[in-house]
Amino acid sequence: MSELRRLTVTEAAARIAAGDVSPDEYFAAWRDAAAGDDLNAYLWRAEDTQGGAEGPLGGIPVAIKDLFCTEGVETTAGSRILEGHRPLYTAHAVWRLVAAGAEILGKTNMDEFAMGSSNENSAYGPVLNPWDHGRVPGGSSGGSAAAVAGGLAPCAIGTDTGGSIRQPAALCGIVGLKPTYGAISRYGMIAFASSLDQCGPLTRDVTDAALLLAAMQGRDPCDSTSVGIEGGVRLPDREDLSGLRFAVPAELARDSIEPGVREVFEATLATIERLGGEITETALPHAEHGISAYYVIAPAEASSNLARYDGVRYGLRAETAGDLVEMYETTRAEGFGAEVKRRIMLGTYALSSGYYDAYYGQAQKVRTKIAADFSAAFAEFDFVVTPTSPSVAFGLGEKTADPLAMYLNDFFTVPMSLAGIPAISIPAGLAEPEGGGPRLPVGFQIAAPAFAEQKLLDASYALEQAIGFDARPEGVGG
Amino acid sequence: MIEREQVLHVAKLARLGLSDEEIETMAGELSGILEHVDRIAGLDLEGVEPTSHVVELENVLRPDEPRPSWPRETVLEQAPDPSDGAFRVPSPQAEA
Repeated sequence: MSELRRLTVTEAAARIAAGDVSPDEYFAAWRDAAAGDDLNAYLWRAEDTQGGAEGPLGGIPVAIKDLFCTEGVETTAGSRILEGHRPLYTAHAVWRLVAAGAEILGKTNMDEFAMGSSNENSAYGPVLNPWDHGRVPGGSSGGSAAAVAGGLAPCAIGTDTGGSIRQPAALCGIVGLKPTYGAISRYGMIAFASSLDQCGPLTRDVTDAALLLAAMQGRDPCDSTSVGIEGGVRLPDREDLSGLRFAVPAELARDSIEPGVREVFEATLATIERLGGEITETALPHAEHGISAYYVIAPAEASSNLARYDGVRYGLRAETAGDLVEMYETTRAEGFGAEVKRRIMLGTYALSSGYYDAYYGQAQKVRTKIAADFSAAFAEFDFVVTPTSPSVAFGLGEKTADPLAMYLNDFFTVPMSLAGIPAISIPAGLAEPEGGGPRLPVGFQIAAPAFAEQKLLDASYALEQAIGFDARPEGVGG
Repeated sequence: MIEREQVLHVAKLARLGLSDEEIETMAGELSGILEHVDRIAGLDLEGVEPTSHVVELENVLRPDEPRPSWPRETVLEQAPDPSDGAFRVPSPQAEA
C-alpha cells in the first residue's frame, strides 16, 4: 500500500491543506487502488476529480453507496429496475461532502434497495469480504464497508435502516456510525423505509467518522425531518471513560452469540472498566421484539415507497403486449429481485385490510415501547452497549435459503433504529468463526441518546485508542 | 399460515407478477416470517400510542412560492417511452 493510502482521512486532509500532499496525486492513488477492485465493491468509478472546493474535506475522495442519487452518474440502488438510471440531481448528503471539498471516488455495490445483511441481494453480484473472499461483507452497505476495509477507498458513506452501516462495518473491521434519525438529510437518498433510513459514514477510525459527520449533518429544507445536530460536531479527543456509565442489556446479552464474539465483547467491557467506565446490566424488556416489529414496519414502508417503480417515468419497462396493469406487473416482476419481492409482499400483506391492526398497528406500539425502554435506560446510563452482530462474517450462500435466519443478523442493531437513536460500531478485536478458520473482525456497538453524537464519538475515540485495533486483511497494508 | 390464494391476492394489490414457483416459495417464506412476527401479537399493548415517526415535528411549513423546475425534455430523457412531451403507457384497458 502506498504511503499516501496509509494516512487516515483526517491526516490526509491536514497534509493536503498544508500543501504537503497534492490533491491530484492523492486522488490518483485512490483511483488506481479502486481500479484494482477484486471485491466487486464498486458499481461505478470516477476517472477524474470533479469538485475541487476548499474545505475540511479538501481533496478527500469518498466512496458513495449507490443508494445516493448523483447527478448524471448512474444510480441503481443495486437493482435491475434502475439499471442505466441517471438522476437529475445529487443527494443532499453527497452535495454537502462535495461542498466541503470531497471528491466522489465511485458508487458502491449494495443489497438491492438496501434490503439485506450480506450484500448477496445485489442485482450486480455479491461483494466479497476483504478478510476472506469466501465470506460476505455484511449489508446492505457492504460495498462501502469492503472498499474501506480492503484499501480501495479512504472512506465511504452508506445508509442504515436496521443496521446497514453498523453490521457491514463490524464484519469488515472498520468504524460505522448511524447518526440520530434527522441528523442528516435524506433528500436524494433512494427511499427504503422512510421513518428509519439514515445516512452515515464508514471509516477507518472514529476521528474520520466525526469529520464526515460534521460535513454532512444539518438541516435541509428539502427534507422536513432533517433537523441537524445542535452545536455541530467536532473531532473527538477524550482519553478516558471516567464517570461514564455503560449499560449492557440483559435481554440482548443472553441471546445466541458466537463464543468468539462473546469473548471479544467481554474483553471490551473490561477495557471500558480499565478506562474508568462503569458497567451495569440493565433491562430493555422490549428490545427482543425489535426484529418482529422491524420486519413489519420496514417492509410496510418499503411496499409503499417502491410503488413508484412502475415502468412509466424512469427505469426499466418490460415489453408486454397487454394492458397497463400487465405492464406494471411484468416490469416489477422482471426488475425486482427475490428479497425485494418478499418484502413488498410482506409489507403489502401487513397493511392490507383485516391485518393492518394486528401487524402494522401492533408493531408501531412495540416501537413506542422499545423507544421508552431506551429513554428509561438513558435516565440512568450514558450508553447502551452490545456486540454489533451475533457472529463474525459468515460464508457466501450460508444463509440465503433462510430469510428469517438472515433477518436475525440484525438482532442487535434494529432496536436503535426503531428508537431513532445514534449508534456506532467500532472494531474491537478478532475472533475465530464458529466451525473454525482464520480469525475475523468483531464489532462493538455503542448507542447513545438522540443527538448525543459528540458524546458518543468522544467515548468511542477513547475506547478505540485503548483497544488499539490495527489488524488489516492480508495484502492490505496499514 | 399463508395460503396460495392469499399470496395471489397480495401480489395483485402490489402489482407484482409472480411465477408459479415464486408463489409456492413465497407462501412458505411469508408463513415462516409471520410466525416469528406473531410473537408480538400476544403482548398486551392496550392504550400504548403507536409510533410512526421518532422526530417530534408538527406542520413544517414553507411559503408557497413558484420556483423554476427542470425543463420537460430533461425529465422525459429518463422515461422508457416518451412521446409528444408526455409519458406514453399501454392502454389501461386490455384490447379485445
